[in-house]
Amino acid sequence: MAKISVAILGSGNIGTDLMYKVRRNDKFELKMVAGIEPDSEGLALARKLGYETCDNGIEGILQKGGIDLVFDATSARAHLAHAPRLKAAGIIAIDLTPAAVGPGVIPVVNIQDRFTETNVNMVSCGAQATVPVVAAINKITPVEYAETVSTLASRSAGPGTRHNIDEFTRTTARSVHDIGGAKKSKSIIVLNPAEPPIIMRNTVYASVNLPVDEKLVRDAVMAVAEKIKAYVPGYKITVEPFLDGDHFTTCIEVTGAGDYLPPYAGNLDIITAAAVNVAERYAESISSERKATNG
Amino acid sequence: MDKLTVVDVTLRDGNHTVRQQFSPDVMGKVAAALEAAGVNMIEVGHGDGSGGSSIHVGRTAAPETELIKAVVSAVKKTRVAIFLIPGFGTMDDLQQAYDLGVTVARVACHCTEADITEQHIQLARKLNMLAVGYLISFGMASVERIVEEAKKMESYGAQYINLADSQGYLVPHQVKEYITTLRQEIKIPVGFHAHNNLGLAIGNSLAAVEAGAAYVDGSLKGFGGGAGNAQTETLVAALKRGGFQTEVDLFRILDAADTLVAELKKYPELAKVSMPTVDNDSIMMGYACVYGGYVLPIKRAAKEYGCDPRELVIRLGKRKVVATQEDVVIEEARRLAGKA
Repeated sequence: MAKISVAILGSGNIGTDLMYKVRRNDKFELKMVAGIEPDSEGLALARKLGYETCDNGIEGILQKGGIDLVFDATSARAHLAHAPRLKAAGIIAIDLTPAAVGPGVIPVVNIQDRFTETNVNMVSCGAQATVPVVAAINKITPVEYAETVSTLASRSAGPGTRHNIDEFTRTTARSVHDIGGAKKSKSIIVLNPAEPPIIMRNTVYASVNLPVDEKLVRDAVMAVAEKIKAYVPGYKITVEPFLDGDHFTTCIEVTGAGDYLPPYAGNLDIITAAAVNVAERYAESISSERKATNG
Repeated sequence: MDKLTVVDVTLRDGNHTVRQQFSPDVMGKVAAALEAAGVNMIEVGHGDGSGGSSIHVGRTAAPETELIKAVVSAVKKTRVAIFLIPGFGTMDDLQQAYDLGVTVARVACHCTEADITEQHIQLARKLNMLAVGYLISFGMASVERIVEEAKKMESYGAQYINLADSQGYLVPHQVKEYITTLRQEIKIPVGFHAHNNLGLAIGNSLAAVEAGAAYVDGSLKGFGGGAGNAQTETLVAALKRGGFQTEVDLFRILDAADTLVAELKKYPELAKVSMPTVDNDSIMMGYACVYGGYVLPIKRAAKEYGCDPRELVIRLGKRKVVATQEDVVIEEARRLAGKA
């Protein structure tokens, strides 16, 4: 299969982690890593790995040309400015910021109806970890209210995440409702500075109407976890769904692949792995279109 | 010397003591009694602040808006404050509180995470509220680090920095050291919020005031997470004995404490609430440096999974758990009990 040309916009924690994942994926040719700080660790690493870099952000990518798809790992505010320009240039945008310009995508839940969009949003790491659980329970029995709590190691949350903390909370809660199917939702994020850093943890509470078949719910959640493991091997249900009064409680730990930050930063992995998973679908569709045109 | 401002947090931190079950009516009555005593600033809401009402850390008896309305309408000149931890509360919650008449925003974060408060402190300033940068569990970080984080908040526009000894972990000479250094390094005033795990809430508050703190938090009957806060009525008496001026009238603040107790008696489920005491668990929390809000979840989990709460506290202290991470309690309890 022919490769598609991609670029990474943003050289922080997320952009750098993406670089490693794109690097070992045979569907992509990484044409450029764009940052705004020439001395950043991310750009230095990219140069070391032999990639072309630029320090003028999106300008560099647009000047370069010939790029099919851009992973935007900057910030919500920056993506709002990037989105129309990428669209005008005919470049597909996989947005890893909480900007939510395009529809949110959680690969195991709603990708089938999303990969024709030209801009999709990866929502947040918290959403990638928790929405599939809510959606799985909602398939068995309507979720009246869902609440998600994501705890990230402080060291894994870069300045983008910190300055966008409100957007993170809101977009995660919105996706628990819009994509997960909960009638009402709330999301909480906690940054934990503990040393050594704690592994990314999530708790999902889902209120349902009683009575409910606990085994069906448990099986559905464990099945979706297996699907996520296919692209995030460190995704693990640490406390299987159990009924506590009127709600199910489920705990999830996400250990990272250790590509850029050490394994505690599962929050990076789950969003970058999901983004790569979505990009692969685009790659397949672009390649088959090209084949059809050429042949 | 300028008068000290006593900030009463009964209707916020004290909500932990009643498992978030203060009704709007109780809140209104207590707020009126606090104003009558001359308290200039009172904090209201869920124990974990704005947006805290949740399965995770407990739902409030009524929606946050109802709690705020009850307090705002019960007072005339007393400033009403909310406590807001970004990640729990959002700028929408802050705006909503402002629209309902709240004029003080105490924007809080774990003591090493000040950069998550920028948006919220700036919004509070834009709304012309008193913007307070609130550093939780400051004893978990070095003096240098606290200075660094407080400076960030000052740069965002915070008008005073409140240091919270959320675990009741520090002893007076340590409190003094933090506050003395911080006052030399920043231009805005400093406040202090004590917890009583080691029986030092009043002693630490006096140490803070001696070191130049201009704001000091207290709560009626010491209501607050874990072993409770500095008891406002005791604090007022002790400050007077120590020669410090406050706006608060001693007899009237004693009356306010009686009002709180009388109001709770009107509700069967609140009448059963036990007053904050320095019990063995709280001592362990202070000693192991575990946040006071964990007392109830630890007791519940220890009972449910049949493990020693003291072992659980030590384990949580070692994990350096931060505020409002009760899910880890269940996980550690299950682990201790050999179920996970």
